[in-house]
Amino acid sequence: MVEFNDIHKRFDNNDVLTGINLSIQKGRTTAILGPNGSGKTTLIKILLGMNHANKGEIFVDESNIKNNWSYRKYIDYLPQIANFPGNIKVKEIIAMIKDLRSQPTRDEELIEYFELTPYLNIKLSHLSGGYKQKVNLVLSLMFNSPFIILDEPTSGLDPVSLIKLKDLLKKEQANGKTILITSHIMSFVEEISDHISFILDGKVYFDGSIEELKSTTEETNFEYAIANLLKNHHA
Amino acid sequence: MLKILKYSFFDLVRSRWSYVYFLFYLLLSSVLLFLNNNISNAIITLLNVVIVLVPLIGTIFGVMYYYDSQEFTQLLLAQPIKRKSIFMGQFLGVATSLSLSVLLGLGIPFALYGLFQSNVIFDFLILIVVAVFLSFIFSALAFNIALSNTNKIKGFGYAILLWLFLAVIYDGAFLIALIYFQEYPLDKFTLIATLFNPIDLSRILILLKLDISALLGYTGAIFKDFFGTLFGSLVSFGVLVIWVVLPLWRMVRQAKRKDF
Repeated sequence: MVEFNDIHKRFDNNDVLTGINLSIQKGRTTAILGPNGSGKTTLIKILLGMNHANKGEIFVDESNIKNNWSYRKYIDYLPQIANFPGNIKVKEIIAMIKDLRSQPTRDEELIEYFELTPYLNIKLSHLSGGYKQKVNLVLSLMFNSPFIILDEPTSGLDPVSLIKLKDLLKKEQANGKTILITSHIMSFVEEISDHISFILDGKVYFDGSIEELKSTTEETNFEYAIANLLKNHHA
Repeated sequence: MLKILKYSFFDLVRSRWSYVYFLFYLLLSSVLLFLNNNISNAIITLLNVVIVLVPLIGTIFGVMYYYDSQEFTQLLLAQPIKRKSIFMGQFLGVATSLSLSVLLGLGIPFALYGLFQSNVIFDFLILIVVAVFLSFIFSALAFNIALSNTNKIKGFGYAILLWLFLAVIYDGAFLIALIYFQEYPLDKFTLIATLFNPIDLSRILILLKLDISALLGYTGAIFKDFFGTLFGSLVSFGVLVIWVVLPLWRMVRQAKRKDF
């Protein structure tokens, strides 16, 4: 589905990615993990064409994404930090994005699911962080695309909403969608992902299933297995 | 692109600053008309205001709008929309709303005063055309500056400097050069130097149209000789068009390369 070939990215004098090779398989849920500042968001932004790689190529469904934008029609992307224009209302921003993409949507269903109906007429700058994240989720998931990218989807969500999000994602998995997530909540990652790609020092340090990770690190607990990866690296 | 243009345009039309800008021109031209009691004189006075104010507001508004809508831009960048459409749409939104403020602010009082019955309608039209050109040129330059500077303070600083340079410093340097090299034939040099500054070019276009180039003396004669002909007008409008197209071309190139 998605193929990263030797992706390099440098910001000023900071080498963030130094040769990422990764493939994301169709119909599976892949989690990209790594310490803070390891370049997870940068990698996603390069995939979406928001950042440009200094070197390397990305293929989405076997076609190179360079100078191409139409592949984004089939991607639902949830950005990490929900930065919205503050002076417009929740329903206005939903209508705006719907109008801009002119693709079929399921916004009403999602608004109800995340209990946003009473907030539709409130300005985005007056929403709490958790509700902003819910708006963010509605905006990105409403197009029902076959490929979903979620950058820290859990940030700001309360336990009830978190369970709702997990249930929703499980439904999407059952529908055969490809999901790419980054998160620091290990229990969330363990519960919903099939595949782990651990990025360290700009390279893919581990790539495999959760079971493989546990057996290579000889840990039974997922969280400890990840910590073990980091520890062994620094030792 | 048209949808982005629509949103940017309505976003700006709803903003308080567009009204302030519009009301300022409305007030200014009404006062000038009723005090002067003469459309031609009012146009000349307005010329001096328009030529300085339109570039200033264009640069400030352009930079301000770009930085203000960064969040919205981020949101748009993740959508299946071409980068070119996003930035062209936003630019056109700013430029058209500014032009509209000038057009209506100047147009309404003049129309009420009986512009359409007078014989200076073409003089007025050229004033409007120049104001529209300047709005487009300076908002395009502002977008260039804002795209190249992530730091807002720096962006604003460069924008003000650019305006100061083209509106004030350029003329000063130009004058010093003329005095310093007065022994030499300078007609070609003056003509070419004028083309490099859209503010100067606009001023001369209007002055010549108003037929007060006699005030310009010797240079005026040369200008009249050049700009007065069809060829001269075509060249000067062509240069104004280049002043719009070049910054836009750079803006699109810059936008395509930038990391967001």
